[in-house]
Amino acid sequence: MTKASTASSHRDREHHLSLLKQMLRVRRFEEKCVELYSQQKIRGFLHLYIGEEAVCTGLMQAVSADDAMVATYREHGHALLRGIPMNAVLAEMYGKQEGCSGGRGGSMHLFDKATHFIGGNAIVGGGMPVAVGYALAAKLRKLKAISWCVFGEGAMAEGEFHESMNLAALWQLPVVFCCENNYYAMGTALDRSESETNLLKHAKSYRINAQSVDGMDVLATEAASHAAAKWVRAGKGPYFLEFQTYRFRAHSMFDPERYREKAEVHDREQHGPIKRYGEQLRELGILDDTGLNTLEAEIAQEIQNAVDFAEAGQLEPVASLSRFVYSEGAAS
Amino acid sequence: MATQEITYREAAREALRAALHNDERVFLMGEDVGRYGGPYAVSLGLLEEFGPDRIRDTPLSESAFVGAGIGAALGGMRPIVEIMTVNFSLLAADQIINTAATYLHMSGGQFNVPLVIRMATGAGFQLAAQHSHSLEGWYAHIPGLKIVTPATLEDVRGMLPTALADPDPVLIFEHLALYNRKGQLVEDAGPVDIDRARVRRQGTAVSLITYGNSLWKCIEAAEQLAGEGIDAEVVDLRSLRPLDDQTIMASVRKTRRAVIVDEGWRSGSLSAEIAARIHEQAFYELDAPVVRLCSEEVPIPYAKHLEEAALPQAEKIVRAVRELLGT
Ligand SMILES: Cc1ncc(C[n+]2csc(CCOP(=O)(O)OP(=O)(O)O)c2C)c(N)n1
Repeated sequence: MTKASTASSHRDREHHLSLLKQMLRVRRFEEKCVELYSQQKIRGFLHLYIGEEAVCTGLMQAVSADDAMVATYREHGHALLRGIPMNAVLAEMYGKQEGCSGGRGGSMHLFDKATHFIGGNAIVGGGMPVAVGYALAAKLRKLKAISWCVFGEGAMAEGEFHESMNLAALWQLPVVFCCENNYYAMGTALDRSESETNLLKHAKSYRINAQSVDGMDVLATEAASHAAAKWVRAGKGPYFLEFQTYRFRAHSMFDPERYREKAEVHDREQHGPIKRYGEQLRELGILDDTGLNTLEAEIAQEIQNAVDFAEAGQLEPVASLSRFVYSEGAAS
Repeated sequence: MATQEITYREAAREALRAALHNDERVFLMGEDVGRYGGPYAVSLGLLEEFGPDRIRDTPLSESAFVGAGIGAALGGMRPIVEIMTVNFSLLAADQIINTAATYLHMSGGQFNVPLVIRMATGAGFQLAAQHSHSLEGWYAHIPGLKIVTPATLEDVRGMLPTALADPDPVLIFEHLALYNRKGQLVEDAGPVDIDRARVRRQGTAVSLITYGNSLWKCIEAAEQLAGEGIDAEVVDLRSLRPLDDQTIMASVRKTRRAVIVDEGWRSGSLSAEIAARIHEQAFYELDAPVVRLCSEEVPIPYAKHLEEAALPQAEKIVRAVRELLGT
C-alpha cells in the first residue's frame, strides 16, 4: 500500500481528506441508490461501483478540465467526480427531465457536455473507438485535451478493444486506456475469458506503455493516473492502466451471484479502499471520529438534497418524446 | 451556364476536394483512401493535395475507424469516413447504430454527431454474395440516421456538402455501377438538398419509384414504354430516410399506379415500407395494387447470367408495367 506522506502539510491533509470524501461520496450515493431502487424510484439496470471507488477517484485527480472521458454503464462514480451535479445524476436515474440526459439515458447513459463526459455506454467496448476518435480530433486540432477511456477487463475480449488499441498506438493518439479489472465480467471470471490473463501483455503487444496498479489504493491509482497523463500529454502516445480492483456487489440488481463464493467477497471487503484509506489517515492523525462525522454529514446532506431535487423533478411531457432524434438547431 | 463532361467518380472527388478546401475541420478516413488512391479511385490524388493527416489511411478496423469518426466529430472535426462497401459496414454496425444514431437522444440533446459516412453499395460486377448486397434499406430503418443515395452527377457532387453541414450522422450510398457513368455537370455545381425526392421523368400512366442505380434502369424502361405509348413517371427517392412522402404521394395520386424498384430484397424491406405508406396515404386513389420489383431472395450469385437474373432489370420493369396496365 502506498504510504500517505507523514510530513503532512496543511495542503496534504486537505488533499487526503478530499480523496477520502470523494470515495465516500460515491459510496454513499450508490448505497442510497440501492435503497431507492428497492423503493422502485430507480428502475432499469443499476450497476454499482461499490468497492471500486479508489479507481475513479484516483483517476479523476489527473483529469483536466478540457479532457474528455468515455465510460461504461458502471459510471456513477466517474460522472459525480467529473463534476456532474449529484442532483442531475439522481434526477436522471429517476427519469426526470432535470436529469443530466433529460431522462432519456438513465443510470447507464449519464452525459454532460460541459465536462466533456461522453457518456456511459452500455455496449461493452462500444465507447472505445469514440474515445480514440476524440483523441484524434484533439491531436489534429493541436489541443491540450486528452481522452480517458474507461472499460472493464471483460471488454478486452471484444474486437473493438483490439481495433481501438491498435489505432491509438498506430496514430500515437493521446488516450489513457483505463481498465477496471474487477475480475468478473458479469459471471465470467477473467481466466474463463482471456487466454492471456496478464493484461499488460495485451497492451504491450500494441507497443502501448502499460502499468498495473493496486486499484484498492487511492494513492496508487492517483499516482499512476498522473504518470499516465504526463506521458500522454507529452505527446508520447497512448497509455494503458490496469486497475486491479473488485466489485463488492452484484453485477446489476438482477444478478443472483451464483458464480462466486460469499467468503471471497467478504474477504475482499475487509481490504476495501475506503476502509483501508480511512485507517491509514487515522494512523497519520489526519482523520478522527469528528472529522469523519463531518464528512459523512456533508455527504448525507448532499444526497438528501439530490433526493429532494429528483423527487420534485418533472417528467418530460410525452409530447416531446421524439425530440433529439435529429438536431433542432444548426450544426454546433 | 458552362458545363463539363465528367464521371460520377470525378464528381464525387470534386465534392471531396471542395469540402477539404472549404473547411479545415474536414478530413477523409478509410481503408486505402490515400496511397492506393481509393478502392474505386474516388479519392485518387487527394493524398498528394491534402496530405496524410487529412487523407487518412486506416487499418482494416471498420468498427474502430467509424467509431473514431464519431469521436472526432464530437471533438470538433468534420470527418468523412469511407467504408469500402456496405457489406463491410456490418463490422461497424455497432458504432453506426448503437452509437452514432443514439448519442443525441440518449444524452438529452447534448451530443450531436456531425459525421458523414460514405460507402459503396450494389451489385453488377460478378462480385458474388459478400460484395454485392444493397443493405441501405436496413440503415433507413434507424431513427437518428439520414440515408441518401445519389444517383446523378448533381447529387453526388451536391449531397456531400449538405451532409457535412448537417449536425447529425448522414450515410451516403454510392452504387458501384455509377462510378463510370458520364454526363454533363455545370461547372459551379454546389450543394443540393438531402431530404426531397425528385421526379426525373414526368409521366401519367404509372409511377416508377426507385433510387440509386435502379434509377437508370427505370429511365431506360420508361423510354422503352414510351415507344409503346405508355407514359411512365420516374421518381428518384434520393433520400431513404427521411422518405419524401409528399413527392411520392403526389406522383401516385397523379398516375394512380405504382411500381417500386429496389435492388434490396423485398422481405421486410424499404420497398415494403414505401408500399405500406402508399396504402396508408393514397389507397383510395389507386387503380391497382402496388407492385414491387426487388432483387430475388438469394445471396447475389457470381455467374453473370444468375447475377443478372437476380437483379431488377429494365426488361423486368417493362414487363411489370405492361402487366399492371393489362396491355
Ligand atoms: C456487446 C455487449 N455484450 C454483452 C453485454 C452484456 N454485459 C453487460 S456488462 C457485461 C460484463 C462486462 O464486464 P466488464 O467489461 O469486465 O465490466 P464490469 O461490468 O465488470 O465493470 C456484459 C456481458 C453488453 N452490454 N454489451
